[in-house]
Amino acid sequence: MALRDETGPYFGDFGGRYVPESLVAALDELTLAWEDAKADPAFHSELDELLDNYVGRPSRLTEVPRFQQAVGSRPRIFLKREDLNHTGSHKINNVLGQALLTKRIGKTRVIAETGAGQHGVATATAAALFGLDCVVYMGEVDTERQALNVARMRLLGAEVVAVKAGSRTLKDAINDAMRDWVTNVETTNYIFGTVAGPHPFPAMVRDLQKVVGEEAREQMLARTGALPTAVAACVGGGSNAIGIFHAFLDDPGVALFGFEAGGEGVDTPRHAATITKGRPGVLHGTNSFLLQDEDGQTIESHSISAGLDYPGVGPEHAWLADTGRASYRAVTDAEAMDALLTLSRSEGIIPAIESAHALAGAIRLGQELGEDDTVLVSLSGRGDKDMTTAGEYFRLIDEGATQS
Amino acid sequence: MTGVSERIIQRNADAAGALIGYLPVGFPDLDRSVDAAVAIAESGVDVIELGIPYSDPVMDGPVIQAATQRALNAGFHVSDTFEAIRRITAQVDVPVLVMTYWNLVRQRGVDRFADELLESGGSGLITPDLIPDEAGDWLAASERTGLDRVFLAAPSSTDARLDTVVSESRGFVYTVSTMGITGARSDVDSAARTLVGRLRAHGVENACVGLGISTAEQVAQVLEYADGAIVGSALVSALERGVDEVARVAAELATGTARTS
Repeated sequence: MALRDETGPYFGDFGGRYVPESLVAALDELTLAWEDAKADPAFHSELDELLDNYVGRPSRLTEVPRFQQAVGSRPRIFLKREDLNHTGSHKINNVLGQALLTKRIGKTRVIAETGAGQHGVATATAAALFGLDCVVYMGEVDTERQALNVARMRLLGAEVVAVKAGSRTLKDAINDAMRDWVTNVETTNYIFGTVAGPHPFPAMVRDLQKVVGEEAREQMLARTGALPTAVAACVGGGSNAIGIFHAFLDDPGVALFGFEAGGEGVDTPRHAATITKGRPGVLHGTNSFLLQDEDGQTIESHSISAGLDYPGVGPEHAWLADTGRASYRAVTDAEAMDALLTLSRSEGIIPAIESAHALAGAIRLGQELGEDDTVLVSLSGRGDKDMTTAGEYFRLIDEGATQS
Repeated sequence: MTGVSERIIQRNADAAGALIGYLPVGFPDLDRSVDAAVAIAESGVDVIELGIPYSDPVMDGPVIQAATQRALNAGFHVSDTFEAIRRITAQVDVPVLVMTYWNLVRQRGVDRFADELLESGGSGLITPDLIPDEAGDWLAASERTGLDRVFLAAPSSTDARLDTVVSESRGFVYTVSTMGITGARSDVDSAARTLVGRLRAHGVENACVGLGISTAEQVAQVLEYADGAIVGSALVSALERGVDEVARVAAELATGTARTS
């Protein structure tokens, strides 16, 4: 069977549904609704129309020769520009599909978790567009470091709940969103933002994000006459990475690289390199790699990037790592921030800190590959939201300055 | 040692039904969690549900989350659970079921966990995030050891799922009273009565209702149609005020098990 044909609930030994019984009916309903929608041409034409005229798809493919030169890369480097999408990242691709599905199953309220705020902003956007009530759960640490996105969600009419439990980041936001869903499942659909969680989320979110790689595959063929030698993407939960990998899974000549958040270094306790340093276990409804202690208690992750600051990862990535089809490596905070600065100054493109991890990975591949090779990078989001973090990191903001 | 099902059946013969009390192990510390479990058993709680603190308890409301987080912060280890069970069952004749999120069992090894549980005198597991569909290893280990396995039934469960839950559960079926998480509620949903009726139609041996029960009056109400009433957050809140207080609240709750007619 082709690797692209895996539909869950299991990806090799990974995946499944480790959830309270109260959620099973809702997950079954979603699974059936998604199967039904996938087979319905009317669903696809409505989604395609939105992706075309609302999101601005297909997203561009930009070659970055000045960046290539600045980092001394032998292979040519191409960016898949998900940062140019409406709302500023790949997250909108998934959310519009799930919002249409929410309408199909007749629910009027949506909830979402968010780390960096990009999925929350995308969900708040879709809720505004479709007239749905929207509550977004976000760790308190993240509401502080991504304050601009909190304001965007509120402006769009969503309620943002700052989660104060546990590590006060994405993991705890998911816990609270699941508690809300268990309680309000009759009226509420959970728009999950990544390829983790219980079935059908890993397969459904993947199906909605695979457009990224399908477009990029065609664009690379048209631009260079060949498939890329390597594809690079950042991996937190893993939705942009699966999105760009998926079209290439059955192209054995294309090497796939996921770059995890190495934080302050994978030999310190402060990182989010789940596949690199974790082991299989169950978190948030799925069996996958996980950062955990000996007992199985989840270990708090760390990354300068809120969107990668998650101790779990999607089960399809666990499977791709286990089978060797994709390779996963860690990139430190410092490497990512260097890559962010270099792309900004060499090409005039400010990437999200998440996406900067993929760029840092591409810089390493630039030393390993040759001049005839090409590297396709998922530029999953733009860096506007990260100006507070970047401003502090690079000391760009004048002390005492206020915006007039 | 009396088994869970045996105790529930006996309490339905002698009284209106069984009172099942939840407490987290290691809260406020290991010694006092043992003392508290012994105290509630001596005050009329028929079956102990001992919760293992977990970092990501998605079925738990704020009271139990705060208690288990405190236990974790104080250095709780899963192995403490078995010591607690040994100490509780040495002092009182009460069946002790362990309530645990699945990853903690999985990381210890399902067979090893089952062996240690059996050896310590525990009766079985309540698994809030393990549905029978994913429970192959646990079904095998519980068959081998004879441990009870309590699965959950929810108002939203289909008849086909209730059938599976009833046939795979042993001890009792944890009947989720309402769609939601743990925590006191002023009214226990009429959904519970309906769900117990459906479980009876599927031939359930013991249906015990939990989530939201916090008063003796609610215990009595639930025992009109169910075989047991499960109380958690109300006991945990009481334990925050001391072992004597949790014993007092347990005794008060136990008045709800008296036969009214």
